[in-house]
Amino acid sequence: MTEGFHYRTYAYARSADQDRARPAHHPVVVAGGGLVGLTMAVDLVQRGVKVVVLDDGDQVSVGSRSICVAQRTLEIFNRLGVGARCRAKGVTWNTGKVFRGDRLLYAFDLQPEGGQRNPAFVNLQQYYVEIYLIERLAELDPAALRWRNRVEGVIAREDHVEIGIVTPEGGYRVTCDWLIAADGVRSTVRGALGLPFPGEAFDDRFLITDIVMKSAFPPERWFWFDPPFHAGRSALLHKQPDDVWRIDLQLGPEARREEELREDRIVARLRAMLGPEVAFSIAWSSLYTFQCRRLKHFRHGRVIFVGDAAHTVSPFGARGGNGGVQDADNLGWKLAAVLAGEAPEALLGSYDIERGQAADENILNSKRATDFIAPKMPAMALFREAVLDLATEHAFARAFVNSGRLSVAAAYTDSPLSTADTEPWNAGPAPGAPAPDSPVTIDGRQGWLHDLMHDGTTILCGSRAQSCDGHLSVRVVREGDDVEDATGLVARRYGLDSTVAYLVRPDGHVAARFRDPTHGAVTAALARLHGRAAA
Amino acid sequence: MTTRRGLARPDDIYQALMAAQSGLSPEDAERFRARLILILADRLGDDAAVAEAIAAARQDLRRATGA
Repeated sequence: MTEGFHYRTYAYARSADQDRARPAHHPVVVAGGGLVGLTMAVDLVQRGVKVVVLDDGDQVSVGSRSICVAQRTLEIFNRLGVGARCRAKGVTWNTGKVFRGDRLLYAFDLQPEGGQRNPAFVNLQQYYVEIYLIERLAELDPAALRWRNRVEGVIAREDHVEIGIVTPEGGYRVTCDWLIAADGVRSTVRGALGLPFPGEAFDDRFLITDIVMKSAFPPERWFWFDPPFHAGRSALLHKQPDDVWRIDLQLGPEARREEELREDRIVARLRAMLGPEVAFSIAWSSLYTFQCRRLKHFRHGRVIFVGDAAHTVSPFGARGGNGGVQDADNLGWKLAAVLAGEAPEALLGSYDIERGQAADENILNSKRATDFIAPKMPAMALFREAVLDLATEHAFARAFVNSGRLSVAAAYTDSPLSTADTEPWNAGPAPGAPAPDSPVTIDGRQGWLHDLMHDGTTILCGSRAQSCDGHLSVRVVREGDDVEDATGLVARRYGLDSTVAYLVRPDGHVAARFRDPTHGAVTAALARLHGRAAA
Repeated sequence: MTTRRGLARPDDIYQALMAAQSGLSPEDAERFRARLILILADRLGDDAAVAEAIAAARQDLRRATGA
């Protein structure tokens, strides 16, 4: 039944920690070597932090799982050295189509503006992304990742964490300054700390399957409400590399696992969808329900939760994997700064606030899509029918059609690290929003603005913005001097003129923006960014 | 809720509302009203005004029936 991708096994290797009389101590241990744990590890190692990753298995993700890699994730992956591989292998798409019955209701373009390095999305099986991250991590530190190391016990102390680990050769213990829990929706670490995971579970069951099929369907996201081949339910078709196609079929709350996962049953459903002629084979299938849950706080002393261990959403909107990668992106520079003694521990409180806000936004969007796709009460079904009927003729109604609001970068509007605007701005990213990339000319050659902002704190400023120089560990990118804005897109996207300056965080979000700032104003914004705001 | 603008011919509008539903089954009448609500919300073109209208309708129902 399974074909296509060949899963290799990663070898367990005994570590020196297992032969010590007393537990070895590490600055950072990451529990879970999945998409988010690996992203976290690469980010931290790139910042010079020594990391140990513990994974209970010996394989990458089985099944394609989180396939839609959003633009923001691609930007983060660029910084981590795997963006080009994801773009090269992935199926680029910007267009989505929504059908009702056998009619196209409308199409949407997620990236109407040119001058972009990354598309709105590439589709790429999660196992490929994990392989790229594993290989990148091995380049940086070949010993960082420990396969078949299962976290079994966690004792959170005030200034360190004790971890019990089980391997094929028996157990051992380590201690660490910080434990990052990236161990998924059924997080062992969350369980060990006895933390509740409140939220909502949804009844509807969905069949998710990857098929291998040669097809001329375009690389677009196609979503059907009430398609002729699957009456009364929803369906999704989405292209992945290697002629793999994701198909997602809503089955309703009564669907039975034993019945629905029978191969003949799945094949019959797919035949109805694809027609009698099309040759395909099933690479992976699974029946799922989903939940929207989050921890109240993502930081518990020396234990910090990221990804599905911290929050979980429905798949509509591609907000699970992309949300988790943004968690790691947000936490990496802060933890590195705290470990280096450059920022107080309080800086980590902003991770909880910022990513908590992002998780709430993801959960809100996810619930709304779910309620539209699977109406829970008669009034919801009535209005959904009205919206879908109206949408054919009335363009305004298409805005209500919700087949999933696709992941965009979070804007940290309530961030304690941001310095509020002191004057009105009519263009450019506000404090907390991600700083957009743009094509620029660097030393006469075409490049990208983000490549100049990587990793550290940056000031992007116009040619006459004073007082931007002379700040410790801040890179200044000055228009006309360091870069040339040949296309005018930087000026447009940032509202940048000769006196404007943007203070950009190491994760590429805006911390503050100024017109003709004083040295003191920039210094104060920098202090705030590093968790040292005057109370 | 404050009335934003008075209608010039409220009786005509009321009659048109009733006429549009006359002869409809209760289910189709409900379908009609759902469409009308969505179209009116769009015509209002003001998120806050729509939210205020929803709250006012719900509050009035609560006052009238306790629901």
